[in-house]
Amino acid sequence: MLNEILQTIPQVVIDGLTLGAVYAVIALGYTMVYGILELINFAHGEIFMSGAFIGTAILIVLTGMGWVSAVPAIVMLITVLLLTAILTGLLGMGIERVAYRPLRNAPRLIPLITAIGISFLLQDIVRFIAELQKGNYIVTGPNLFKDQLSIKASSISSIFNDASIKTSFVIVLVTAVIMMIGLDLFINRTKWGMAMRAVAQDRETASLMTVNVNKVISITFFIGSALGGATGVLFAVQYGTIDPYIGFILGLKAFTAAVLGGIGNIRGAMLGGLLLGLLEMFASANLTLLSGGVFGAEYKDVFAFAILIIVLLFKPEGLLGKPVTEKV
Amino acid sequence: MKSLWKKYKQNKLVQGILLLIYISITSLSLFMAQKSVTAFLLLLSSLLLLYFTNFKNLTKWLIAGIVLVFLLPFTASNGDAYQSYMEVATLVGIYISMALGLNIVVGMAGLLDLGFIAFFAVGAYTYGIFATVQASNFMPFGTFPLSGESFWLFILIGCFVAALFGILLGIPVLRVKGDYLAIVTLGFGEIIRIIFNNLDRPVNITNGAMGIPSVTPPRLFGIDFLYPSQFYYIVLVILLFTIFTVRRFEHSKIGRSWKAVRENEIAAQAMGVPLVRTKLMAFAIGASFSGMMGVVFAAKQAFVDPTSFTLLESITILVMVILGGMGSVPGVILGAAVMTILNLQVLTEVTSWLNQLNSTGAFSIPDALSPSKMQRLIFGLLLILFALYRPKGLLPAKNHVYNEKELQEGSAKENKGKQEVMPDHSQIEKAQEV
Repeated sequence: MLNEILQTIPQVVIDGLTLGAVYAVIALGYTMVYGILELINFAHGEIFMSGAFIGTAILIVLTGMGWVSAVPAIVMLITVLLLTAILTGLLGMGIERVAYRPLRNAPRLIPLITAIGISFLLQDIVRFIAELQKGNYIVTGPNLFKDQLSIKASSISSIFNDASIKTSFVIVLVTAVIMMIGLDLFINRTKWGMAMRAVAQDRETASLMTVNVNKVISITFFIGSALGGATGVLFAVQYGTIDPYIGFILGLKAFTAAVLGGIGNIRGAMLGGLLLGLLEMFASANLTLLSGGVFGAEYKDVFAFAILIIVLLFKPEGLLGKPVTEKV
Repeated sequence: MKSLWKKYKQNKLVQGILLLIYISITSLSLFMAQKSVTAFLLLLSSLLLLYFTNFKNLTKWLIAGIVLVFLLPFTASNGDAYQSYMEVATLVGIYISMALGLNIVVGMAGLLDLGFIAFFAVGAYTYGIFATVQASNFMPFGTFPLSGESFWLFILIGCFVAALFGILLGIPVLRVKGDYLAIVTLGFGEIIRIIFNNLDRPVNITNGAMGIPSVTPPRLFGIDFLYPSQFYYIVLVILLFTIFTVRRFEHSKIGRSWKAVRENEIAAQAMGVPLVRTKLMAFAIGASFSGMMGVVFAAKQAFVDPTSFTLLESITILVMVILGGMGSVPGVILGAAVMTILNLQVLTEVTSWLNQLNSTGAFSIPDALSPSKMQRLIFGLLLILFALYRPKGLLPAKNHVYNEKELQEGSAKENKGKQEVMPDHSQIEKAQEV
């Protein structure tokens, strides 16, 4: 049994890293908003989904104009990523302005409820548009990167099987890592990053120190949503088929990742995302084997939620977070 | 105009006459018309009118009882669409009961539960499994399916099993608060659904995604309950029980503890409210209503499968609570009725009307925009609009407001051995329409 598990490890690691990178970048959006507003931005998964659709739409339009074959795929991808990031960033800012800002002093249940409302609204609007344009809300985008690579893991040790990867995997991973490093630098090295950390720590004091709190919150939403939307594009490129309901479960898992790493902690979110991706891929590859056929891969979602519940119960501050005591 | 309205507000006789005219016109039109959704809905809304009259509680209940038990089934039975009306009325009852359950958890105790449909699923599967041959797959003894008489027992069993699940969910989530709680319950709801969806291996318990077909109908004195018009009465009885219990709980010690926990957990704890027990009670009681209705639902549909218990359903019930007013029993009843009718009747009617227009070529609306698919959009909009502009809902919850002066005078008088002066209860505790 151990041998069988070991054999699949290279493939599991690669798939897990891809998925984990996606989780990690989405988890950043949750964690940033939570850190600053103590609000779970339920609609974040839907922003990711909108990003996937916007990106695919841009790609389809550009393919229709014949541009895709003219320029290298990587240039194409970067253009689409940037365009989508800006659009979803603005979407996130708009959501904050309309649905969260008026409720900043309301009881904490209320903004959560509007967040659920927004996420339903986005799902249905995207479904309208997709169904109107294509007749079906499940959309398959053009394939940018078709090459398959093979990693000869068996040459390292005969225990492992070879793993096969799409080129897009490398691109997803590299882009995600660039985004994460960029964000880390932004938060820790720039003036705006400092303002964000200040607002997260104490909103009132920050506003006394001439930090424009509303602007900082807007920027936080912009960056979080832009990252989420860009990840949506990466997801569409990597997995091909998208539908308006992918955002929900994926968002939930990204949230799990954020909690796992310690919510409000940016590096924690990255770690949590990668860890959750690896764990989930490992579970879906080996659950059948480990449980002797009782549980199949269909329980991988249950597995992710179970991690969430266990973390919340036994280490609610997460792996890298600091425990908070409640102020009375 | 304003003075006329004021006079109307005070004059019981005029109110009674108007209500009588309204009820008789709508019921007559429902009786005459072969198929008129409008008349049916107007007759139902007479109950709302009733709620706003100045009659005594008892009178209101009596009138509501007459309308619901005799008038509505009788007048509807004349047309072809009798069963479909009763189907809608039955589902309205089921949803009201669930919304009242969720209202305890969300509205009174302030614990946002996004996986509430799981308890409904538990109830439905409890009856579904034992009232079909499904149970013989794993039960070593007994013959299955159980007879239809066991249904009545299963209403209780469903209630207890759901309450048990409520406690099981409650214990781990006690340590998490607010937003986290919402996410954990959401995850729990999904876990339950996934498990029911996959529990056909290694032992076939729920028959997986195929669902459990041909559930035994309930039976009483040799009569099988097969039609919605019969289930209507079962639902009505359970609903009455639910409303009665919820009202009692609301004004009992535990009800006040729930509200205290909702307003401020730490303060409540400091005042001696046992946090763990109060929260667990909220989960268990809220879930139990849902479980009972799950049993009825399984029997009514005669089929149980996991697709009836998605997150959308949980959110639907949440929308009912928010729309009606968190913590307000009459409000939640109104919210649940409005949402269910909107979902089942209005949207489908509008869709078929649009389809007719399409086929006659008056104008065309693409299939993607058909209103029956717009549930999510409508729910989303309702949630946002209500949270932003009317967070207390259509009929906001009324809290006892004690006049400090009166209370002091009252206690002073009491000290002198005279009659106690309390605030006017009949004013505060208005009865709800059913």
